[in-house]
Amino acid sequence: MEKMMLLGDEALAQGAIDAGISGVYAYPGTPSTEIMEYVQHSKQSAEVGIHRTWSSNEKTALEAAIGMSYAGKRTMACMKHVGLNVAADPYMNSAFTGANGGLLVIVADDPSMHSSQNEQDSRFYGKFAMIPVLEPANQQECYDMAFYGFELSERHHVPIMIRLTTRLSHSRSGVQRRQILPQNAMKQPDDPNQFMLLPAFARLKYKHLIEQQKDFLTDALSSPFNRFDLDGKDNSMGIIACGLAYNYLMENYPQGDIPYPVIKISHHPVPPEPIHTLYRQCDRLLILEEGMPVLEDTIKGMGLGLNKPIHGRLDGTIPRDGELNPVIVARALGLKTSCGLNAPTDLVPRPPALCIGCPHIDSYNALNDALAEYGKGHVFSDIGCYTLGFLPPYNAIDSCVDMGASITMAKGAADAGLFPAVAVIGDSTFAHSGLTGLLDCTYDKTNVVIVILDNATTGMTGGQDYTAAGRLEDICKGLGVESDHIRVFTPFKRNHDEMVQIYKEEIAYNGVSVVIPRRECVQTLKRKNRME
Amino acid sequence: MKMDIILAGVGGQGILTIATVIGYAAVKRGWYLKQAEVHGMSQRGGEVQSHLRLSSEPIWSDLIPHGQAAMILSVEPMEALRYLPYLMPTGWLIANRTPVANIPNYPDLETIYKHIEAFPNHILIDADAIAKDVKASRSMNIVMIGAAIGHLSFSTEEIIDAINVIFAPKGEAIVEANLRALQAGLSAVQSK
Repeated sequence: MEKMMLLGDEALAQGAIDAGISGVYAYPGTPSTEIMEYVQHSKQSAEVGIHRTWSSNEKTALEAAIGMSYAGKRTMACMKHVGLNVAADPYMNSAFTGANGGLLVIVADDPSMHSSQNEQDSRFYGKFAMIPVLEPANQQECYDMAFYGFELSERHHVPIMIRLTTRLSHSRSGVQRRQILPQNAMKQPDDPNQFMLLPAFARLKYKHLIEQQKDFLTDALSSPFNRFDLDGKDNSMGIIACGLAYNYLMENYPQGDIPYPVIKISHHPVPPEPIHTLYRQCDRLLILEEGMPVLEDTIKGMGLGLNKPIHGRLDGTIPRDGELNPVIVARALGLKTSCGLNAPTDLVPRPPALCIGCPHIDSYNALNDALAEYGKGHVFSDIGCYTLGFLPPYNAIDSCVDMGASITMAKGAADAGLFPAVAVIGDSTFAHSGLTGLLDCTYDKTNVVIVILDNATTGMTGGQDYTAAGRLEDICKGLGVESDHIRVFTPFKRNHDEMVQIYKEEIAYNGVSVVIPRRECVQTLKRKNRME
Repeated sequence: MKMDIILAGVGGQGILTIATVIGYAAVKRGWYLKQAEVHGMSQRGGEVQSHLRLSSEPIWSDLIPHGQAAMILSVEPMEALRYLPYLMPTGWLIANRTPVANIPNYPDLETIYKHIEAFPNHILIDADAIAKDVKASRSMNIVMIGAAIGHLSFSTEEIIDAINVIFAPKGEAIVEANLRALQAGLSAVQSK
């Protein structure tokens, strides 16, 4: 079979399809979005009827995946790193229930925060939940690990995390496919209490999970994705490299002539025996990993004895934050690095910006005018394209913390006496995490104005459907917002005065107001027009 | 044999299509390919780049190390300069003259051109105008491939074959427009 040229995200998706997956659940989030998009656009997945519609958020996605696993089928939930925070509750508990049908939790981390509000390492969540984590080093491993992950998950009845990072998610390379497996038949768990976490059961399940740890270590020792090349000719240093970091290590030895013993870890937990051997054999260790010093911490806690140095992100050999690259790794290895000319100093950065014609521009211009008399510091915003409204010339918002926080932060500030307190949230973000916050507001009759910017799509991630589309007013009414205070308008420059007036009226109203500026995203509109 | 190329531009200018065309030619030859792309926030009018690595031998890193790129191919003049640290001293700096001035503090354009012209191996052409001249105004990126072809380690025939295959689903008119753009880019360099 000819190789396919796939992004890391796509390779994983194709692997899952070929490995007999029955359902994929996800909410869009860079750099994980392309996994679900690939499954949605795949003819093969349509032919075999794989479930592949977006979920409201990562928590609902993972819960649905756990349900599909309960029913005996192979399934996965995909998310970006901060999505796992949203899904942390079902995630942690899924380690206790375990899996019936193969269950993969796919998490794409974003070191260097190319498109994220923080940098965190999901492998900590792997340790936290005490489940195996697979960390592919290349696109082929992304594909192969879908098969391997399902097989591990079903063998141990445990969810498996596959951890990607931006560089692999969004890099393309050739992938060799394997023979396609059929989907599992529907089959409820053999143990009817497997998914019952009443404390009496949960205690037993925790003991069982602890019991399983030695099996997980045994697996990692013989894993096809780990390598223990302990026969280096230069024992002045031993190297342990995880996932993508292994590529950067090898890049620095183009002839394959690396003199040091090397351990490659792409399947966690890391088995202690080879680490002890390497430590005894070498004068010092160098640990290379993309993300936080997860492995470095683990290894330092292994009680290695002796007082040999361990280098990595904690001692500054590698910068403490940000993603790796071949040059950073070369420096850590003490190799000479090359560099081209410096970029001229008169270059200026080109930050992302709202698109020309974007409806958010008109919504923000009107909001700024409506709020002018109150001064700065009244607008809580959220995660999406509209966060770019912080930048000049708009300077329209004052906060961006996490999905849904606009509404609840506006509530807290209003409770403290801030007036006016305005929340600005996108329609898809509202569906993700805004509903419960709005319910808090109507329960308390809080004096807030909630602006739901309705561009009929999940914009920042490239224009995906979302679960509340076309139903925003009904949802707001159902959550207790009075019909008179749900105000919809079309954000165009020509409607500016009307928009300012509506904002002002709702600011004046002492209670929960919802204002919905509604106009389609210019990007999705352009795409639609091209297709017609 | 290997060829590391930094593709540069502004979100929405079509640098990924350049990667697809050159990448196709490489894979057709049986070469290995790794191509790191930028998705997400920067695609909203921000600076974007793609690391395109092509080699007859397996490739490890998805990112090109500093000082090792054989070419920077940029569809925007200022963006061409941003990635200079990646370019080897004997490499080629190939840029489009037409700026995307979507920021209020865009530097003086003549100074930008001077920086580019100061690099020993450089090509600076107005790909937007050339594309318009041959009635292929949406194929500025393919004009840039034409301008680069002499330094790409792929023959014109291999690139033409790639364009034929990649644009075929979009219809004959689009294929023809892109072939005109390619030829125009090539001629613009040869006539200099």
